[in-house]
Amino acid sequence: MEMLHIDKISLKLEGRQILKDLSLSVKEGAIHSILGSNAAGKSSLAYVIMGCCDYIAQFGKIHFLGEDITNLPVSKRAKMGLTLAWQEPARFEGLTVKDYIAVGMKNRDDALIAESLHHVLLQPSDYLERQVDKTLSGGERKRIELASIFAMRPKLVVLDEPDSGIDILALDNIINMIKALKKQGTTTLLITHREEVSEIADITSLMCSGSIVHEGKPKEVGKYFKEKCVPCSTKTFPSEADGRIKGAK
Amino acid sequence: MQDYELMLDAYAKAGGLPEIFKDSKIAHLVVHKNKVIGSHLVKGLILEPKETATGVDIQLKIDEGIKIENPVHLCFGVLPKEGVQEINIEAKIEDGAGVKLLAHCVFPNAVKVVHKMQAEIEIGDNAYYEYNEVHFHGESGGIEVIPKARIKIGRNSRLVTNFSLLHGRVGVFDLDYESKVLDNSILDMTAKIYGYGDDRIKIREAGYLKGKGSRGLIKSRIAVKDNAVSEIINELTASAPEARGHVDCVEIIQGNAQAKAIPIVNVTNEFAKVTHEAAIGRVDKKQVETLMARGLEEEKAIEVVVGGLLK
Repeated sequence: MEMLHIDKISLKLEGRQILKDLSLSVKEGAIHSILGSNAAGKSSLAYVIMGCCDYIAQFGKIHFLGEDITNLPVSKRAKMGLTLAWQEPARFEGLTVKDYIAVGMKNRDDALIAESLHHVLLQPSDYLERQVDKTLSGGERKRIELASIFAMRPKLVVLDEPDSGIDILALDNIINMIKALKKQGTTTLLITHREEVSEIADITSLMCSGSIVHEGKPKEVGKYFKEKCVPCSTKTFPSEADGRIKGAK
Repeated sequence: MQDYELMLDAYAKAGGLPEIFKDSKIAHLVVHKNKVIGSHLVKGLILEPKETATGVDIQLKIDEGIKIENPVHLCFGVLPKEGVQEINIEAKIEDGAGVKLLAHCVFPNAVKVVHKMQAEIEIGDNAYYEYNEVHFHGESGGIEVIPKARIKIGRNSRLVTNFSLLHGRVGVFDLDYESKVLDNSILDMTAKIYGYGDDRIKIREAGYLKGKGSRGLIKSRIAVKDNAVSEIINELTASAPEARGHVDCVEIIQGNAQAKAIPIVNVTNEFAKVTHEAAIGRVDKKQVETLMARGLEEEKAIEVVVGGLLK
């Protein structure tokens, strides 16, 4: 069953084309990765899906669970079961970790809050009462963001570069967390620029210059990305020989 | 109900715990207008209130080496719609002594009330003094609050002040605290205020780091909405070697409110350092959207962000 359907959306910000005729289909229960280099428009896509202010697509439609959410505000989308974990999560002076995690829970459950922290290898006794402010390191803040998603139990989460700012030793843990989200029934749209992270997905879409240009098995797309996109010298899109093509020009 | 019960009722609404007034281990003083209507002392605490025509003069003294175990609870207030209350405090914390005060100031019905507080505080060497003041106001905004304090901090000592006015209308508020800090002592002053309607907020908190190795932190967290106006002057002067200070002011504005932050940092010794940060603006969009992405409506998300800042 299709959970998220994006149909030819375009986004222009300050006269610059950010997304162009982008189409994407995410199946229920899948980990679907979006792989692309810097400035491909990945984060903008995340904000458009979530409906963030300034990121309203000028053209195209977004359907979530069969309902047109193109013009819905962020909170309405969240209440339908869609959420976003920011690449650089916001900090909140005066808000404790436990209260922050509880924000997204329909019914506050302290045991689940503690469990969600365990999942990201943070000791609840050390973190529950701490504030989600600048006293946390970037890595700690990212983990707490993922913990809050785990506790929220959304139907679909967009994870924007969940591995950024996370040290290499903790990467496995983050990957396990994403797998745990899948186990609990959350569909994941995983945005990354690292092919090794993308490989945990069931399917990978390659993004370039604001469009999805290729879709296929994670290893195959990752290999292409590594060989042809980092660094990108040609701005050309995959040929038929590289696999299935979507939106190639 | 008698004034005492009414004061305790207002005290509870301000977040205080009325049962502490029955605890023999906890000292307290309750002042309604210019009348002392309740008091209890503990060993080592010298607290002498003297009623005046418009308020109460209070002598507070902690003898050398005495540390008061539990916080001393103070409750000041004016219950009628109109009135004046002038509290003058002279506090002397001798060498090696320490005390923590928790003052609740309650003006739930104020329409035309003036509350003035003038404090002269002397903290000896190796001593500590903590003063927390929480205000509870009504919704009319007909109140003027004017707290002033002049504080001397000895060597290896610590002063902490926390002022919060988060319940009810601020009215007109004009705070002026000034501290002189000697060697290796710490000054830590925080003010948190939420203004709305046509509230007027003016704060001046100043610290003079005069002693070698002295430390100072002046922190303000202000939120204003509607037509409220705030002006925050945070001033730190470091004139001794190894003195370190930081000024940190955040003001959030909504609606037609206006906010001004004036950080003044003044360093007159090449081995001293003072830093400052000030931010004024609407509620951060990313913070609000993050909470909305967890299912909160925009208004509730703003409430959580502002509430956290003022917590």
